[in-house]
Amino acid sequence: MTNTEVLIKELVEKHGRTRNALMPVLQGVVACEKFLSEAAMIAVARELDLSAADVYGTASFYTFLDTKPRGKNIVRVCKTISCHMQGKEEIIKAIENHLKVKVGETSHDNKFTLLTANCLGWCHKGPVMLINDEVFPSITPEKAIAIIEEFSKKSN
Amino acid sequence: MVNLKINNTPVQVEEGTTILDAAKQLNFRIPTLCNHPDLSVAGNCRVCVVEVKGARLLAASCATPVSEGMEVNTNSEKVRIARKHVLELLLSEHNADCTKCFKNGHCELQQLASEYRYGDHIFIDLVKTGDKVLDISSPSITKDASKCIRCQRCVRTCTELQAVSALAVVHKGDHQTISTFLGKPLNDVVCTNCGQCINRCPTGALYERNYIEDVWHAIYDPNKFVVVETAPATRVALGEDLGIETGQRVTGKMVSALRKMGFNKVLDTDFTADLTILEEGTELLTRLKKALVDKDETVKLPMMTSCSPGWVKFQEHMFPELLDNLSSCKSPQQMFGALAKTYYADKINIKAENMVVVSIMPCTAKKFECNRSEMRDSGFKDVDYVLTTRELAMMIKQAGIEFDKLEDESYDSILGESTGAAVIFGTTGGVMEAALRTAYEIITGVEVPFTNLNIKPVRGMEGVKEASIKIKNTKPEWSFLEGVELNVAVAHGLANAKQLMEAVNSGKTNYHFIEVMGCPGGCIGGGGQPIPTSAEIRKRRAEAIYAEDMGKAVRKSHENPEVAEVYKEYLTHPLGHKSHELLHTHYKARKRY
Amino acid sequence: MEQKPLKKIDIIFGWDDNCTPIQVVEKSVKKTPESIILDMIDSGLKGRGGAGFPTGLKWKFARNEEADAKYVVCNADEGEPGTFKDREILDKVPEKIFAGMTICAFVVGALEGYIYVRGEYNFMLKALQQKIDLFNQQLHELKVDFHIFLRSGSGAYVCGEESALFESMEGKRGEPRNKPPYPTVSGYNGKPTVINNVETLVYTSEICRMGPEQFKALGTHDSRGSKVFSVSGDTPIAGIYELELGMPLKDFVDEFGDGDTKAIQVGGASGHCVPRKKFNDTIIGFEGIPTGGSMMIFNSSRSMYNVLHDYLEFFTEESCGQCTPCRIGCQQLLKGIEAVKKGERPPTYLDDLKRLTATMKIAAKCGLGQSVANPFTSIVDNFREEIIY
Repeated sequence: MTNTEVLIKELVEKHGRTRNALMPVLQGVVACEKFLSEAAMIAVARELDLSAADVYGTASFYTFLDTKPRGKNIVRVCKTISCHMQGKEEIIKAIENHLKVKVGETSHDNKFTLLTANCLGWCHKGPVMLINDEVFPSITPEKAIAIIEEFSKKSN
Repeated sequence: MVNLKINNTPVQVEEGTTILDAAKQLNFRIPTLCNHPDLSVAGNCRVCVVEVKGARLLAASCATPVSEGMEVNTNSEKVRIARKHVLELLLSEHNADCTKCFKNGHCELQQLASEYRYGDHIFIDLVKTGDKVLDISSPSITKDASKCIRCQRCVRTCTELQAVSALAVVHKGDHQTISTFLGKPLNDVVCTNCGQCINRCPTGALYERNYIEDVWHAIYDPNKFVVVETAPATRVALGEDLGIETGQRVTGKMVSALRKMGFNKVLDTDFTADLTILEEGTELLTRLKKALVDKDETVKLPMMTSCSPGWVKFQEHMFPELLDNLSSCKSPQQMFGALAKTYYADKINIKAENMVVVSIMPCTAKKFECNRSEMRDSGFKDVDYVLTTRELAMMIKQAGIEFDKLEDESYDSILGESTGAAVIFGTTGGVMEAALRTAYEIITGVEVPFTNLNIKPVRGMEGVKEASIKIKNTKPEWSFLEGVELNVAVAHGLANAKQLMEAVNSGKTNYHFIEVMGCPGGCIGGGGQPIPTSAEIRKRRAEAIYAEDMGKAVRKSHENPEVAEVYKEYLTHPLGHKSHELLHTHYKARKRY
Repeated sequence: MEQKPLKKIDIIFGWDDNCTPIQVVEKSVKKTPESIILDMIDSGLKGRGGAGFPTGLKWKFARNEEADAKYVVCNADEGEPGTFKDREILDKVPEKIFAGMTICAFVVGALEGYIYVRGEYNFMLKALQQKIDLFNQQLHELKVDFHIFLRSGSGAYVCGEESALFESMEGKRGEPRNKPPYPTVSGYNGKPTVINNVETLVYTSEICRMGPEQFKALGTHDSRGSKVFSVSGDTPIAGIYELELGMPLKDFVDEFGDGDTKAIQVGGASGHCVPRKKFNDTIIGFEGIPTGGSMMIFNSSRSMYNVLHDYLEFFTEESCGQCTPCRIGCQQLLKGIEAVKKGERPPTYLDDLKRLTATMKIAAKCGLGQSVANPFTSIVDNFREEIIY
């Protein structure tokens, strides 16, 4: 069994084999692997007795259940109105320049994928970004890059 | 009962009735797109919205149950404006190249657009373009995302009726679309090619891969000898696409039309249906003997029919462990092709390489089947082209044939004669009934103990049917079956088949023989049949099938004189050497995901 | 119209050491369910998620259903742009939510409760789970047969719509269902379900703690009590404030504006944009403009075209996509204002689009598609020249 299959077996043990377990299982895979690979979706489909298309259809509905390959860390910059008003553009530009990627792309060393997100719920402390599940409110371009550098060191 | 008013007309309906159905009772037609009588309610297209007095929102009439005292207006100004907007929005993302579309004239969106004639389209064009829009990977089904209106009828069909879920709704918002797993080509996923999605697609987003021009080309080619075979279920449905009432049999007219179109020989798949019964019946008895007398534990029971290529591919994907339970018999279509390009070609002195075999099928999976590598035992592609009932109707129209005015004609011989047992292959339970009529008589020497040979327990539209026949007074050579209760089951539609296979796998059943047809209702409800389809339409086609059976002089496959002749001249006996070579095959597991 | 001056309140985040949330539960389960329902109805509490359905009635409907299982679900899928109050409540006083859920379960006869927290708040799940475990333990000790589970979303705004949330909990795409049936008849797993917003549940436990009188003394006839507001945009004091309902918007601007306020978006992206000239006669409450709590302030430096464009982009992406008016309607609105801005369509095209939003408002399947008309018409009507030029 591959690591992914082992992980999915464990998740299914924990959450059960019913359809109601699909979200927690997919979330568990994404928590470890950052995205749902083809093999992962097939393994989940097999465990929960669903079709692969059905698993894909459900996963792709949810922004955080990525079905495209992602880097070790996912940076999501909030792009909704309050953060827009507070300078998300500058943040995105700074990160793009720093990581040499465009929004939607993964850095060459596979350490970071840069994405935007709809309202993250920190409108009073924008601009805000998530790195994986961690939240960073009231960032500036400089702060954003410093934080990313921290993560970069941790990912070595 | 609930009392309400629709367009000021009082009506009383049962509790739980939708506004849509209540309106129908008053002969008010409300337009629909995502609604389909075979499927669960979606309520997502919103074209059926109506105004309910006192309500802030318009109600989707397909999804809203009536309530006491309700006052509904199906044609108020608000309703008309909303309907116009909904249709215009749909048209703004629909590739309306109607004149080029295979569904031209058979499109529900086009029909509504033609009813409402809005003129100028005010909205901005959102039609999808790009190389991923059109999927022509499958030999059976073409998928065109630029025509899709996201009603999800195909997804519900694939899931609810067929338990396959090869199609799903994926992504959300403006990226929402109908897709296979990861957008893979249809030919690379678990699709069984059953075509039920096509039968329920309101637009040209899903349609059969058509071979009309190829067939005309073959007909026009003076060096080709073009033989056509027609499946049982086509003759009770073809008329629907040619202006004839549902449930009317058009066998003789169909033969006449095919001849006028220029086919060199018009023959019948029913002939090989009879042949199938002899081969498959013998196979069943052989398996039973091995199991009961020889105690051979490698023999797989229950034996399962293999005539339905959608079902066969379903087994290959979903239940590969049961593949050895499938009868080794090829489907009647493929038996026909294999015999046509060997025995028949010799007999009429035509070189097999110059023969083109065209089959008219109620089925889209047959298009896939004729392309299978297993289906070249004649040394050539046994069946060259498969046309659906719908494609044949188009060709008849193209040929300028006034179908309803045609005189009845008869099939050519040989490979044209058939019995009532072959005809009923076209509806669920038919293969089982035909097999029992023959097997019982082989074993006992007397007819099956059912009035007029009509084995009612295996008929009808129940999803899974069961029957038991006690075998009594066997002939000496079948004495091992004396007193045996022969248990059979019949399923139609792959969701029912899945349920039956799970029961078989659970080990709690004791069936000897199982018939499965991939499509709801069997071939009469096949993915290549005229559109629309509904339980009522399928019922009428089935009645026509049984009427055709009753009208046949011979109603038992083993009494088909042409079949006897072919055995005498060529095949020798069922499961003989030649049969094995030409008429039998086996299938391989395919990936489950 | 009845109105109240702006007044800061401290119910939601306040803490009564003499009557902690678990003690409120202890006290409440000694009453009859009927008397609690009466208190809820008497208090005038309406749902704080935005739709404003009377909470007591919702509980009553669910109680009256016969079923082998019922559920209480806390809607913590706070996704409305400009709203962040529920996160603060989940962080600071989650026990009050648990207490509200437990009392609700006691009233309707549910044994399981679920808190569905949006995926954007994953960082707080661990701490929240620990608090839930502790509370479940306390319930066990009190012999209250109710257990709370934590579930999380994964980034889909529409899952805040209650039936979409159930679909998501059932492992499906978060596509809203047809209504009727309503959740109190058929909700999670097709069983009668009470689904309440985070803040609503806290108020229910507070009403049980302090009695309905104190709550209904606040606010106006149609808008009893107070409400938590998320204040953002052009304000020097962005943050979370609990305010008495029924204040005129002018009071609000005086308190929170930066002196140059041009407009306020009340109720988030799906709410209404109120221009300066209407501040005086706009009441915040169900008799005026109701809100789930989002108050976004724009000063005169802001382009209302950008604001509307942002909102429409948001809806275009976050529509579940199943129904025609919403899926295609949102795209047409977005592309439509772009076309008008670029001069590819005449300014009068905005009127065509307004008519489209009128259809969306009454023909879309759920609240998401129905409410896109709110920002669109209120911004286009009040700032038409900014959209065109």
